[in-house]
Amino acid sequence: MPTVSVKRDLLFHALGRTYTDEEFDELCFEFGLELDEITSEKDIISREQGDTKAEGASDVILYKIDVPANRYDLLCLEGLVRGLQVFKQKMEAPRYRRVSPASSEPQRLVITEETTAVRPHAVAAVLRNITFTQERYDSFIELQEKLHQNVCRKRTLVAIGTHDLDTISGPFTYTAKPPGDIRFKPLNQAKEYTAQELMSLYKTDSHLRHYLHIIEDEAVYPVIYDSNGIVLSMPPIINGDHSKISLNTKNVFIECTATDLTKAKIVLDMMVTMFCEYCEEPFTVEEAEVVYPDGRTCQYPVLYPLTITLHESTEHIAQLLTKMCLRSEVMSDGEQIEVEIPPTRSDVIHACDIMEDAAMAYGFNNIPRTTPRTYTIANQLPLNKLSELLRQDLAAAGFTEALTFALCSQEDIADKLLKNISETRACRISNPKTAEFQVARTTLLSGLLKTVAANRKMPLPLRLFEISDVVLKDESKDVGARNNRRLCAVYYNKSPGFEVIHGLMDRVMQLLEIKPGQGNGYHIQAADDSTFFPGRCAEIFACGKSIGRLGVLHPDVINRFELTMPCSALDIDIEHFL
Amino acid sequence: MADTGLVETLLQRVEKVDGGLDSQDVATSLGVDHQAIVGAVKSLQALGDVISAEQRSSKHWELTGEGCEIAEQGSHEARVVSSIPEEGMPQSQLMVERLEDLVRDKLLLVQKGQASQLEEKEKNELKKRKLLSEVTVKSYWITKGSCFSTTITKQETELTPEMIASGSWKEKKFKPYNFEAMGVALDCGHLHPLMKVRTQFRQIFLEMGFTEMPTNNFIESSFWNFDSLFQPQQHPARDQHDTFFLSDPAQAHEFPQDYLERVRKVHSEGGFGSQGYKYDWKIEEAQKNILRTHTTAVSARMLYKLAQQEKFTPVKYFSIDRVFRNETLDATHLAEFHQIEGVVADFGLTLGDLMGILHQFFNKLGITKLRFKPAYNPYTEPSMEVFSYHEGLKKWVEVGNSGMFRPEMLLPMGLPEGVTVIAWGLSLERPTMIKYGINNIRELVGHKVNLQMVYDSPVCRLDS
Repeated sequence: MPTVSVKRDLLFHALGRTYTDEEFDELCFEFGLELDEITSEKDIISREQGDTKAEGASDVILYKIDVPANRYDLLCLEGLVRGLQVFKQKMEAPRYRRVSPASSEPQRLVITEETTAVRPHAVAAVLRNITFTQERYDSFIELQEKLHQNVCRKRTLVAIGTHDLDTISGPFTYTAKPPGDIRFKPLNQAKEYTAQELMSLYKTDSHLRHYLHIIEDEAVYPVIYDSNGIVLSMPPIINGDHSKISLNTKNVFIECTATDLTKAKIVLDMMVTMFCEYCEEPFTVEEAEVVYPDGRTCQYPVLYPLTITLHESTEHIAQLLTKMCLRSEVMSDGEQIEVEIPPTRSDVIHACDIMEDAAMAYGFNNIPRTTPRTYTIANQLPLNKLSELLRQDLAAAGFTEALTFALCSQEDIADKLLKNISETRACRISNPKTAEFQVARTTLLSGLLKTVAANRKMPLPLRLFEISDVVLKDESKDVGARNNRRLCAVYYNKSPGFEVIHGLMDRVMQLLEIKPGQGNGYHIQAADDSTFFPGRCAEIFACGKSIGRLGVLHPDVINRFELTMPCSALDIDIEHFL
Repeated sequence: MADTGLVETLLQRVEKVDGGLDSQDVATSLGVDHQAIVGAVKSLQALGDVISAEQRSSKHWELTGEGCEIAEQGSHEARVVSSIPEEGMPQSQLMVERLEDLVRDKLLLVQKGQASQLEEKEKNELKKRKLLSEVTVKSYWITKGSCFSTTITKQETELTPEMIASGSWKEKKFKPYNFEAMGVALDCGHLHPLMKVRTQFRQIFLEMGFTEMPTNNFIESSFWNFDSLFQPQQHPARDQHDTFFLSDPAQAHEFPQDYLERVRKVHSEGGFGSQGYKYDWKIEEAQKNILRTHTTAVSARMLYKLAQQEKFTPVKYFSIDRVFRNETLDATHLAEFHQIEGVVADFGLTLGDLMGILHQFFNKLGITKLRFKPAYNPYTEPSMEVFSYHEGLKKWVEVGNSGMFRPEMLLPMGLPEGVTVIAWGLSLERPTMIKYGINNIRELVGHKVNLQMVYDSPVCRLDS
């Protein structure tokens, strides 16, 4: 969930009243926000870097507010205030308009064929006669960063560039060139670099180095020029220094380059709708024309409201929706409501999204609670029912239940149990952060032995069991793997206690109503298994099928799990008994 | 048992006095070690109220070894002086006069038991010189008890089969038990606390008429885990940072083809009343195998299966099982945890129904004060976070997540229009940690568990 930090007093000023922290927290809760933290720049610095560094830092109170991940329109002070003011019915939801420039042709951005290989989409717009103050300027920069981190997916999907239009002249060209051929003075640097040099320069930049991978290995890099060959930006890495905006900038050219056109349109709409209120004519945005390699042209920003018809009707619902920036009108037939979705609400894609807003405006907690009349009979999953019953009786037999991880290292299920990984049928994880998550377990035994190792201080004997799932590769399943429910138990003491673990096995068979004997009964017979001490391992057969093993563990296994005492173990597949 | 002779002698002495006796005095007058008398007192006390003995302590000063030597032979200084022959050294006449040996005099006073004549300062001075030490003496003030008698009967420790057979228990006196002591620790097995809580949650769902879903498939395709839930392919949850992907088996094959096509369409083009996400949906992304990040993947499979029935029937489903996240680990987060999930599908279920059923569910956990916050979740709309009022913390804390599944998820499955599905979820670990007062999740889950904690954990009643 993205967090937006705003200056409290600025926020209250914009909202036209002050709130206590509790009142504001309550307002956030109703609106689906969360007042996460009340802090100040000074607090943040002193927490992160120590009190000495914090001296002189601003102690203006900051509200950190958690915003739902799909509400890009609430990522800056301007949007938050607009949303809350409309919600509190202090203002009407603005209508955003796209306008043509008064006296000239619209700005043009020409996309060349070369971009197809690396970053094929671009959209643009102009904010005309805007007035920045320090706060507005900071918020403008901050919103770009917020969008980059969220909807732009760390600039992979979309990258935003903003420019002082009066320092450059159109038409602009969006093209792609080999890195050696791109040369310009990047933002806040003193001299010119080639694109190659920039990539190595930014290798150590704590902020920019995270974006280099997006184009690093491409043959050509995206770049935007003005009609005089001045570089506006090399997306998605850095803008040029020449066209950078300042507090005095009056006209802003905004371009968004992208690998996903839908997202680029949304991002551009967000940038312009949030800040066009500071234009000379508020809530208007000057269009720009994008020319495609095939000669097609398109006007941006889109800004068209979407209209969705709700098959619900009451005047009340329409009023509620209007509170959520969704202009709504009951249609003449009185049966339906027409809802206008502004460009700021890219999260609304279905009538159900609108109904949620109506419910929020009404207040979730004002909705009467009802009991569904759905009549059903409960059933337990037979496998879980059996597991639950066996667990109770294993504890009654004096064994203590362990709960071990389903993920482990390859070593745990192979080397340490003296097995070859190829015979385990283990499923392998491709992106583990540490060795603890290399594979899904194929046996419960290693987890139990690790539990014993972590509890060596406890009085002997240790009697542990677990009934849980292991995972095995299985070609016959749609995903190529299946779970298998196992019962595993260990007895750890000064003597191996084979008779104890054998007795437990007899007890389990008794619980499952299987009598000793061949055929439909159960019996054990000597088996070879590298995990066990030679001559001390037996295979268990029930109803003619092999269901598991028991025996005394091999001393090398004991050692590899850093244990010192003899240990016997039982491992059976209980899915046979369903 | 102390020497019976001594015990009897002690009892006779106690009988003869009117008030009581000091055990030290008895020891001195009998010429036995004080400890022997203490032993006799203890064994008499064990017989019940034969005597009563009150412990006393007194302090007195005693000479140390060196102190005794000085008391006997004079202080070191005096001895030096006295050892110089009269005709001795040339200076002797100048130096020596007959010394008054003050140190010795003081020590002799103490030895005679007249230490009280010395001032505190003097005693402390001598103590510093290690000539005196202060000794604490413990003794008993012994008086007659309510069952005083000079003869003692031997007490039996335990009832035996012979006593029952012969009836001899009637004449015997039994040694009283020490009810202060703990009983013997039993040699028994124990269930794991997290699993005890799981059993209770399972019970609650069964009481509410919910059927258990088959969640025994940790490995899931991205298709069922994300795509079928209308979670777009660029969603951050599908990142390498958040999800465990598999390299073997890396891909799932076999999907219901017509359903897969409807899912592709609703993502990339929209439909079923939705604008869709309008991006290039790739089958390759959907095929990627992962460790499921939520049990909702199973709910999706179950709802799809339900939609294939000839006639729709309402269902209530639940599951409690493991899910996996490739997240940063800390004291409350592990790479795997248990998710509790409840799902109800029927015609015309409302948000009011969801809140009603959540009330009933949390009531069974002993949580009565609930409120709901609008939230965002890619596959539910509306989505609500569930908060409960925590009496201890005096604030609202999040206890779960809930919502109504989106039409973009349900309609492509083939569920009839008008069927709504409400669902909620929470983790099993969090309520368990609160219930059992555990701060570090590793003490609860995994091999580093503290077995003593498992042995000691009480039964689980969630509503009390």
